[in-house]
Amino acid sequence: MKSRKKLPYSADWSFELIEKYAGEIARVAKYYQLSTYPIQMELISSEQMMDTNSTIGMPLGYYHWSYGKQFVNIEKQYRHGLRGLAYEIVINANPCIAYLLEENNMVMQAMVIAHACHGHNSFFKNNYLFKTWTQADAIIDYLLFARNFISECEEKYGIDEVEKLLDACHALSSHGVDRYQRPHALSLAEEKARQKAREIYLQAQVNDLWRTIPVPKTDPSQSVEAKRFPKEPEENFLYFLEKNAPLLEPWQRETIRIVRKIARYFYPQKQTKVMNEGWATFWHYTILQHMYDEGLLTDAFMLEFLQNHTNLIQQLPYDHPYFNGINPYSLGFAIFSDLRRMCENPTDEDKQWFPDMINRPWLEVLHDAMNNYKDESFISQFLSPKVMRDLRLFSLVDDDSKPALVIDAIHDEQGYKHLRQQLSTLYNVSEQEPNIQIVNMNLRGNRTLTLQHKLHLRRPLNQDTDEVLKHLHSLWGFPVVLQSVNPDGEVVATYCCPKTEETDSSSTINQA
Amino acid sequence: MVYIIDKRQYGKHKSTINRQRFIRRFKQQIKEVVSESINKRSITDIYQGEKIAIPKRDLHEPSFGYRAGGERTLILPGNKHYASGDTIARPETGGDGANGSSASDQGEGVDDFIFELNRDEFLEIFFEDLALPNLVKTKLAELPSFDNVRGGFSHSGNPSSISIIRSFRQAIARRRSFSHSYRKKLATLDKVLAAAESETPPDDKKIKALKKTITSIKKRAKNIPFIDSVDIRFHRRIKQPKLTSQAVMFCIMDVSGSMDESKKEIAKRFFILLYLFLTRNYKKINIVFIRHHTVAKMVDEEEFFYSRETGGTVVSSALELAYQIVISKYPTNDWNIYVAQASDGDNWNADSPKCQTILQEQIMPLVQYYAYVEIMPRHHQSLWRSYTIVKEQYANFAMRSINDQKDIYPVFRDLFKRKNT
Repeated sequence: MKSRKKLPYSADWSFELIEKYAGEIARVAKYYQLSTYPIQMELISSEQMMDTNSTIGMPLGYYHWSYGKQFVNIEKQYRHGLRGLAYEIVINANPCIAYLLEENNMVMQAMVIAHACHGHNSFFKNNYLFKTWTQADAIIDYLLFARNFISECEEKYGIDEVEKLLDACHALSSHGVDRYQRPHALSLAEEKARQKAREIYLQAQVNDLWRTIPVPKTDPSQSVEAKRFPKEPEENFLYFLEKNAPLLEPWQRETIRIVRKIARYFYPQKQTKVMNEGWATFWHYTILQHMYDEGLLTDAFMLEFLQNHTNLIQQLPYDHPYFNGINPYSLGFAIFSDLRRMCENPTDEDKQWFPDMINRPWLEVLHDAMNNYKDESFISQFLSPKVMRDLRLFSLVDDDSKPALVIDAIHDEQGYKHLRQQLSTLYNVSEQEPNIQIVNMNLRGNRTLTLQHKLHLRRPLNQDTDEVLKHLHSLWGFPVVLQSVNPDGEVVATYCCPKTEETDSSSTINQA
Repeated sequence: MVYIIDKRQYGKHKSTINRQRFIRRFKQQIKEVVSESINKRSITDIYQGEKIAIPKRDLHEPSFGYRAGGERTLILPGNKHYASGDTIARPETGGDGANGSSASDQGEGVDDFIFELNRDEFLEIFFEDLALPNLVKTKLAELPSFDNVRGGFSHSGNPSSISIIRSFRQAIARRRSFSHSYRKKLATLDKVLAAAESETPPDDKKIKALKKTITSIKKRAKNIPFIDSVDIRFHRRIKQPKLTSQAVMFCIMDVSGSMDESKKEIAKRFFILLYLFLTRNYKKINIVFIRHHTVAKMVDEEEFFYSRETGGTVVSSALELAYQIVISKYPTNDWNIYVAQASDGDNWNADSPKCQTILQEQIMPLVQYYAYVEIMPRHHQSLWRSYTIVKEQYANFAMRSINDQKDIYPVFRDLFKRKNT
C-alpha cells in the first residue's frame, strides 16, 4: 500500500486531532462499505458519563428512583475505584450520537470513534431487528415527549402515584414486547380505514341522532364458552393492559405505552449483544489495522491500541475468579474474524462445514451476516469448529433430578454441533425469560385475569413472581392468577394476587 | 458527515433529580439512620454526611425470571481437562464456582446497599423533622462566608486592582538602581569637565570629547524606562472568614429520674439547633454542659447525654453554677453568651422563686439569649410560672413547652428573625 504521511500521535487529544482521525476513519469505513447514520460525537466529562450510564444509556429520560439507585451505585463504585467507566456510549438515533469521554487518550478516542461511530452505527442502521423495531429518527423526540408527559403527570397526580405506576410498568417491561409478531408498517389502505373509523367515531360523538338508533339485540345463542378473551394468548402484558385494563385513567394508559415503547426500543439490543459488539469490535480492529498498513498510524499508537483491544476481547476461563460469563465482545469478534478467514483462507474443515461461504468475497458475507441475523441465528449459522476450539467451549448440564452435573459435549468432532446448538439457544430471549402469556379474562364474573406459564425443562419461576403479580394486579384492578403448566397441560404451581386461602403459592411452588 | 460537540460545559448533575427520587423513596429508612446518628454524634459534629445502609431486598426491582432448578445447560469457555461424559459433583448451593454466571438473581447476597448521604442531604433530613422554615434552613446549611480583604501586594492580578503608588515606588527604585553607574560616571566626568574648562588655555578638543561622552551617558540614562512591567504591583485580596467574634453556649439539662431517653433526644436536638445557629454567627464557640438534679455539675458531652442519675430537682443549682462560670471564665466583653436549658418542668417548689431571682438579677443582664424548653411536661409547675415572669421582663428570653421535635424551632424563632434581618 502506498505510504502516507503519519497522523500526529500524542497521548492527549485535541479537537483538531479528533477531527483528523475521524476523517481518516470515515474514509476507511467507507472503503469497507459501512453505511451509517450521520455521526454526532459529543465530548463529555466523567460525571456526565455516569449520568448517562445510570439512565439506561439514554441522553434523557423520565425521572425515576431506580435510575437514582443506579447512579448512586455507579458513583460509589467509581469513587472507590471498583470500576472504570464505560469507554463509550452510543445511541441508536439519527443522527447517531456517540459519547467520547474527556479522560480518554487519543488512542482510545480513535478506537471509540471506529467502534461506536462506524461499527455500532452501521449495525443500528442495517440490522433487520433494529430496522423493524426501532425508529432512529424519532427516539430522541419521543424520550423528550415521555419526560415532559411524565413530569406533567407528576404535577397533576402526585409523584407517588406516578412512581407506583412506573414501578409496576418496569416490573412488567420484560413482557412488554410482541415477541412472536413483527410490527408491520400500516399499508395505505389500512391507514385510510383507520382514519375513517376515527372520523365516524368522532362524528358519532357530536351527532346525537346516533343514540336514538335501536341497537340490534345480541344473539343469545352465542355461548359463554365462545367468548374467550383475549382470543389468542397475549404475551405483551403492557399492551394488553393499556388497551384492556378497565379502571385505568387515560394518563395511566399513556404512561404504560411510554414504558412499552421504550422497552420495545431496547428489545433488539437484548437480542444482538454478541453480534453488535462483535461487529463493532471487528471494525475498530480492521479499520485501525488498515490505517496502520497505509502508514497513517505510528507504532506507538498501534501498540497502545492493541493493548486496549486485547483487554476488550479477553475471555476468562470458567474457573477464573473473575469469570463473568461469555464475553460478547470476544465471541462476536471471534466469529466475525473467523468468517473473514474462512472466505480468504478456507481449510478443508471449513469447506465441509461452510461450503457456501467458500469463494465469496468476505465483505459481502460479513455484511450479509450483520444485516440478516440476530445472536441466536447468527451463532447457529456461523459458529465454526475453529472458534469453539479456540475458546475451548464445553457444555455442562445441570439437571436437578440427577445427582451430578454432566459434561455432555466438548470442542471435539462429536460435540461441535451440539455445542453450537446449545449456545445458540442460550441467546434466545425466550430461553432467558420465562414464557408467560395472558390466556383468559373472566368476562362474566369477577374479571379475573389468568396467566399461563409454560414450564420449560421444569425450570421454576423466581421469588419475584408474587411481587410482580402484585404490580400486575395494581394495574389490572381485579384478581390475577398465574399458573405454571407442564408440557402435559397439568398445573403444577399457582400464584394469586390477591392471595386466596385455598391457593397459597409458597407451598405449591416447592414441587421440584 | 461528522459533528463534534463539546458538551463538557453542559449540565453535570443530570442525575440529581433521580438521586433525590431515590432518597425520597427510602426516606423512612434514611430518616431512621439520620436520627440514630444524631443521637450518637457529638453536637459539634453535625456538619457531616452519613453512610446509609438500605437492605438490598428493599431496593430490588422484581421481574419475572427463573429460579435455580429444573434442567439447565451452560456453555463455558476454557475447558482444560474435561471430556464429554464426565460428571462433576454438584457444588453446594450458593457456591460461587462454575455456575456463577446464571445464579445471579437468587436473592443471596442480602448485604446492604450502602451509600453516602452528603452533608446537605443530611442536614435537610435533620431539619425536616424540626420543621424549620426554608429561609432558616438555607441559612444554616450554607458554609461560612468569607470576606474579601486586602492582604498585601502581589506580582500578578487584575488590571483593576493595580496599586499605582506601589508600582511607582517600585519604578523609582528600579530607575535609581539601574542609573546608579551612570550617575557615578557623570559625577566624575562633570568634575573632569569642570577641570578641563578651567584650564588655560582650554583644550577644546578634550572638552568636546568629554561633552560628547556626557551626552551619550545622559542619553543612555534616559533610556531606562520610566515604568516597566516588572514594577507593576497589584493589591492582593485574601479571603477571611466573616465571623469574627466568639460565643459560649451553655447547655443546661435536668437529669433527674423523670427525664427519660426520648426527652433527652429531643433536648439534644434543641441544643444542636442552637449550636447550628451559633456557628453561622460566631467564629469560635465553646460549649459548656451543665447537668443537674439537686446539685449541678459541669460535665463533658458524653456524660451530659448518657449517664443517668436520680434524685430531686433543684434548678437554681445549675443557674448558680452557670453564673459562676460566666463570671470566672467568660467575661462578657469578650464572649457572647447563650444559654439553652431543657427540663421536664419538675422543680422543688421553694426553689423556683430563687431561680427567678438569679435569672433576673444575675444571668439575664449578661446573656444574649436564653432559651428554655419544657419537654413533655405533665402539667406546668412553679418553675414555668416563675419563668413566665422573667419572660415578660426580658425580650431575649424565650420559653416553650414542647411535645415533639417540630415544636423546637419556635423557641428560636425570635433569634433567627433578629439575625436574619
